[in-house]
Amino acid sequence: MNKQLFLAGEVKMIKLITTTIFFLGLMLGSANADPKKIGFIYIGPPGDHGWTYMHDQGRQYMESQLGDAVSSTYIENVPENADAVRAIRKLAASGHDLIFTTSFNYMDQTLEVAKEFPDVKFEHATGYMRADNVSTYGARFYEGRTISGHIAGNLTKTNTIGYIGSFPIPEVVRGINAFYLAASKVNPDIKIKIIWAFTWYDPGKEADAAKTLINQGADILVQHTDTFAPCQEAEKAGVLAFGQASNQEEFCPNSHLTAIEDVWGPYYAERAKAVVDGTWSSSDTWEGMDKGMVVMSPYNAKIMPSDLIQEAVAMEIALKDGSMHAFEGPIYNQAGELMVPEGEVADDGMLLGMNWYVQGIDGELPQ
Amino acid sequence: MNLDIVIGIIQIILIATTPLVFAGIGELVTEKTGVLNLGVEGMMLVGAVTAFVTLVITGSYFLAFLVSILSGALMSGLFAYLVLILMSNQVATGLALTIFGIGLSSMIGKQYIGTPIKGFNPYFFVVLSFVIVFLVHYFFYKTKLGLIFRAVGESHHSSHALGYSVIKIRLLGILFGGSMCGLAGSYMSICYAPMWQENMIAGRGWIALALVVFATWKPRRILVGAYIFGGVSILQMNLQAWGVNFPGQFFNMAPYLATMIVLVIISSNRLRIRLSAPASLTIPFFKGR
Amino acid sequence: MFNFLPELKVRENPSSIMNFSVPVVAVFLTIVTGSLIFAMMGFDPIFALHTFFISPISNTYGISELLVKATPLALIAVGLSFCFKNNLYNIGAEGQLTMGAVIGGGIGIYFHDTQGFWVLPLMICGGAIGGALWGMIPAFLKIKFNTNEILTSLMLVYIALLILDYLVVGPWKDPNGFSFPKTRKFGDSGRMPLLFSGLRVHFGIIITLIGIFASWFIFSKTMLGYQLKVTGFSPVASRYAGFSQDKLVYIAFIIAGAFAGIAGLGEVSGPIGLLYRDISPNYGFTAIIVAFLGRLHPIGIIFASLIIALTYLGAEDAQLFMQIPAAVGFVFQGLVLFYLLGAELLVNYKIVLRKRV
Repeated sequence: MNKQLFLAGEVKMIKLITTTIFFLGLMLGSANADPKKIGFIYIGPPGDHGWTYMHDQGRQYMESQLGDAVSSTYIENVPENADAVRAIRKLAASGHDLIFTTSFNYMDQTLEVAKEFPDVKFEHATGYMRADNVSTYGARFYEGRTISGHIAGNLTKTNTIGYIGSFPIPEVVRGINAFYLAASKVNPDIKIKIIWAFTWYDPGKEADAAKTLINQGADILVQHTDTFAPCQEAEKAGVLAFGQASNQEEFCPNSHLTAIEDVWGPYYAERAKAVVDGTWSSSDTWEGMDKGMVVMSPYNAKIMPSDLIQEAVAMEIALKDGSMHAFEGPIYNQAGELMVPEGEVADDGMLLGMNWYVQGIDGELPQ
Repeated sequence: MNLDIVIGIIQIILIATTPLVFAGIGELVTEKTGVLNLGVEGMMLVGAVTAFVTLVITGSYFLAFLVSILSGALMSGLFAYLVLILMSNQVATGLALTIFGIGLSSMIGKQYIGTPIKGFNPYFFVVLSFVIVFLVHYFFYKTKLGLIFRAVGESHHSSHALGYSVIKIRLLGILFGGSMCGLAGSYMSICYAPMWQENMIAGRGWIALALVVFATWKPRRILVGAYIFGGVSILQMNLQAWGVNFPGQFFNMAPYLATMIVLVIISSNRLRIRLSAPASLTIPFFKGR
Repeated sequence: MFNFLPELKVRENPSSIMNFSVPVVAVFLTIVTGSLIFAMMGFDPIFALHTFFISPISNTYGISELLVKATPLALIAVGLSFCFKNNLYNIGAEGQLTMGAVIGGGIGIYFHDTQGFWVLPLMICGGAIGGALWGMIPAFLKIKFNTNEILTSLMLVYIALLILDYLVVGPWKDPNGFSFPKTRKFGDSGRMPLLFSGLRVHFGIIITLIGIFASWFIFSKTMLGYQLKVTGFSPVASRYAGFSQDKLVYIAFIIAGAFAGIAGLGEVSGPIGLLYRDISPNYGFTAIIVAFLGRLHPIGIIFASLIIALTYLGAEDAQLFMQIPAAVGFVFQGLVLFYLLGAELLVNYKIVLRKRV
């Protein structure tokens, strides 16, 4: 019975898509210049309310900004193995002018296809290898962790924060360090408990990790995995949580403090525009709050005192205008060695390769 | 460590283990009648997605769980038709069922990824899982029909000679297995982590298969085995949160390694394997042979 | 009244016409069912079928990709046929593939900055040994402890995947890779040579063809092949004939494991070039479908591997050009196997239609 209902919904959806394609076709016929074709490779489904969802939001924003000048396609659930080459190449060979590959593990595959299609432009998210027609881009999510850390340091009653990590890669470690530095500044007694899930994506496991951390006394959860399971567990247990990648307030209205949103839209629009104008060139982009690539979701006034919200907003401004940095010296590592001297900030090289915990974090980073 | 934390850990283990118990006891009944269904993961996925979609559309938890049981049974019915009537190879058919289930569940759930729902209290199902295990135990060892079920799994030809319908008994065993897998799936998507995500069963179906062997095909040992498997994974997380560091992969290997060890121990002794494993497991039944 | 339980009679000899036509029927029925599914979803079935089955292979690159995909599938499947013919249900090819990639790939990582014609052959040997050793475990346990090989080979899949996971997250991590879970790249000497420039089809396909030919030779021309067949058909008869059952079990598992291991190594040294967690899109399990669809015959397996490889490519095109969820490919794989297994009945049994009394 429900299957038929599903099919009815599906058919409606398909009709919508076919009509869109039909009208797109009309526009194609009437438009003066051919629209540039922009392709996207997704690691998951666009509905996941996490990483892929935000890239898809970015794609839609780009379309809304550039209108007839572009048309876009995506391929979802592309595995990070040899199959990715074919998917990327399919976009390149079917006349796409610009292709965004939106997961780190597409790096070698992107470069391989780019070599074969020198006239097609490629943009690889979170990678570090470039070519004449391959740019890389990423966001300084850790700036958001600084604000989360400040909020958590103020709000925790148990002085225990639960942190769910995916893999011990610099991106995640950076987030933990930024969070802890900000939290311990306002609350020197704060303890941070970390569970590595060794997966980006297993709702059951993420829920288990959340429950375990809550049970061990954490009253605020931070996650660097992809589903909203931890935030749901926080809601159930009556503790607080930060959303990941997108605003997840609808899944946990009474515990969602804020979320660090990945806002790709303006960047996608800018790069697509550059292709339309013929001004695209290979670049390395790593932007944060100042360029609007990292955005804090609306602070939840139900659970956050108004002066704390004001502090958080002030921090956002300071991070944007550069009067504040997430990694300001002095910063020591766990062994007590001075990593960033007083009066300096960590440079990008250090941040990109960060594989050590700052002083004060217990436990050892799995290597 | 105080008592509250211990109780908390137990609660987490209870919730994490329950889907393994449902899927495991279902598969156990199927295997007891002499049929190996490797489609557990696929049936769980289909159960998870149909329950979720039903809940979103109707808002009724009861209907959602009912539909998941029915869809699990339907999937296993397809399997039963192939292996019992058309006498296809059980191993290949079961694998096909899993692959089919992965595809089908993703297609059904496409529009429902990221739809918010309100979760259902898992403890109802925790209790139910214990009840079902003990009912299955009672059924197998205290009722006449249960004896017939076991006899069919042991020796289908003698059972047939005694006038029992081997096909009907096996059909019931397979359908029960499918229903339980469907229910286990719905528990995942409605109680455990209330959401639909593609492939959200994440290998638990394969662990359930290991579990049946680990339990040496004894219903009550499903509970023991499931709680050891579930407990190990939760313990691993607790150790991490306490700051103890080690490669988590070795902990995750434990269920599979333990199952192999148990299999070696029970199989090495002819008498012991006779007492544990159903003798006609995976052997098709054909009257005319 | 239609009788759902037809009367069956065992055929004296399996029907060879049926043997050939059953896979064809299964593929045909899958296409019919597929077009029904497409129609139900509101797509023009003809266009959808064209997108799914024709457009992916309508150019040279597409055909090359089809071969890239079929290369590991066919090699694993033909290896598995040694087990399946002997009624040994080795379903752990995915684990054997993984261990082949681990051992062979480990050699590639060790010699990453060494040039030499011998690096790749050494890696291929490593792949074969890794897979064969992993395949020997279920054989050893079966012979020594009477364990069920279905269950042990399955358990070993997950253990192998976790070993690979441990290595790429831990000790074998690329020192210059910013701690991402992947190893350094193999050197050029550790990569499968490409057969045509601009296409990904690589030397692995030659290895697969050699493997297929060798299997055909073993099965039809050697005593060993005869023994394997007789044992599968009638274990009792083979015991009377004095064949060593234990030896045959080992041989079947070693061949299956070695073939899967080489396929795994071919994948990492061919299109991938390094090790990471996600090296195989379940080739080891999909190859089981291929083996059955090819009726465990070397030539049949070639065709079956091409058909199953096409379901992957077709699913990608269907998604790209028609917004059909890629999961439809798995549905097709499941369906083709269901139809095949169902129709297989006709090979070994005669249906006697009779009204129920």
